[in-house]
Amino acid sequence: MPPSEHELRLRERLGRLRNMPLLGGAKLSGELDRLQRQLERIGQPPTDEEIWRSVELARHEERPYTLDYVARLLDDWFELHGDRSRADDGAMIAGLGKLDGRTVALVGQQKGRDTHERAARQFGMPNPEGYRKAIRVMELADKHRFPVISLVDTPGAYPGVSAEQHGQGGAIAASQAAMSRLTVPTVACVIGEGGSGGAIAIALADRVLMMEHAIYSVISPEGCALILWRDAGEKRKAAAAFKLDAPHCLELGVIDGIVREPEGGAQTDHDAAARLLGESLRDALDDLVDVPGEELRHRRRAKFRSLGVFA
Amino acid sequence: MGARARIASIVDPGSFVEESADLHSEDPLHFFDLRPYVERLAEAEMSTGLADAMVIGQATIEGRGCELAVMDFSFMGGSMGSVVGEKFSRACDSAVERGVPLISVTSSGGARMQEGILALMQVPKTVCAVEDLRDAGQSMISVMAHPTTGGVLASFATLGDVLLAEPGALMSFAGRRVVESITREKLPEDFGRAEQNLRFGHVDAIVPRPELRATLSQLLRLFDAPE
Repeated sequence: MPPSEHELRLRERLGRLRNMPLLGGAKLSGELDRLQRQLERIGQPPTDEEIWRSVELARHEERPYTLDYVARLLDDWFELHGDRSRADDGAMIAGLGKLDGRTVALVGQQKGRDTHERAARQFGMPNPEGYRKAIRVMELADKHRFPVISLVDTPGAYPGVSAEQHGQGGAIAASQAAMSRLTVPTVACVIGEGGSGGAIAIALADRVLMMEHAIYSVISPEGCALILWRDAGEKRKAAAAFKLDAPHCLELGVIDGIVREPEGGAQTDHDAAARLLGESLRDALDDLVDVPGEELRHRRRAKFRSLGVFA
Repeated sequence: MGARARIASIVDPGSFVEESADLHSEDPLHFFDLRPYVERLAEAEMSTGLADAMVIGQATIEGRGCELAVMDFSFMGGSMGSVVGEKFSRACDSAVERGVPLISVTSSGGARMQEGILALMQVPKTVCAVEDLRDAGQSMISVMAHPTTGGVLASFATLGDVLLAEPGALMSFAGRRVVESITREKLPEDFGRAEQNLRFGHVDAIVPRPELRATLSQLLRLFDAPE
């Protein structure tokens, strides 16, 4: 069978990476190995049905959330609360912990499991105060040279009257600006829903990963269907048209790697999902820890500034 | 107000030199909703005479040099896709190269859905461009015209050193309908408007159009490096 266009583009990306003199040395080979492994795994682009299945799995109510991973991956976890200005946002987690004996800062959206917690966590949709808490903790990490891990899982930033009054748009921009200034290694992983501005606010990282069944999109499939098809029922068409699944995001150069999930999805085995995520986070951090801070920042900005397709 | 009319209303006559005018959107997702994206692009180009929703270039205002990045709402709702992101990014570099401040004028419904995740990526892209501009010591003045919403509000538009808004401009991250349908909140009359943003501390000043040229000129004077 001839290689698919998808596969060819992955190969092209691999080739480009091989030819990049700047990265050089041993660190590059890790990156190459990972791409090579992904290429072997992703022979074929996902079908429309598989894409919709990922949308369902990404939103599965038994899927591990940020604190489920924290409990399995970090020792000595200490959660930090509040934006030091107005509130503590339950939809955004921030704290310090040890990963393999090394202190890291972690930020991430948090969804709730039962009705009460869902309301308290506002379905994982942060207010500006949540983004300001994340900024505070990422800047604290920078000061103390702690790597930053961010776990993305949100339908979007909270769309409410008070969120607007408190500067939602500006807070999302400020959070990205803060990440673009960090001089410590940063790794982001979309673990469930990567919903638009509310997601990218904490995903401007040196390495951006996606779980196998996570989704990452500019608007929800329902929202897109309503606006472009004028019918929310066309959400499956919208999801497929969007290419919001991990293999397509990798192909478009939006993410750097895919984190495998246990057979059937992360919800089937939280421990196994956490082990796989942990391996990927360690690999990514190992690649980055020896790179000087200024160089990290320069490469991070250059990477994001290169995204887009135009003629 | 269209991008070309806007530029004419603020710069010294004949001083504007456009840059990267020939950048065109591609269709990376081969996107097709009720109509193909390429058809929508062609139609927008024909009706506006623009290649995409942003015009960039150099100019002077009362003799002082500046770089301009001006959006046009009539081109697909001023939505930000790869071309808008790239043009803004180049405008930042051009400002740094020439050692002049950047003035952005935004008018946008947000990210361009037809470019999917790549449209979302223009949000961090433009943020990184502003941060590079800032590190190079250049200033940025952001003028938010009606409307400045979604991904444009949540990226470069709110990162200026000085933030100006036009009277009545809608400046909200989420649209009115989204807020109403998700929260079932009753929205205040001036929801997300420039006046509310001024009251809550999110902009420095509201400047009516006839005063914009004079205000920008004053700010360029204030930010000018000492002799």
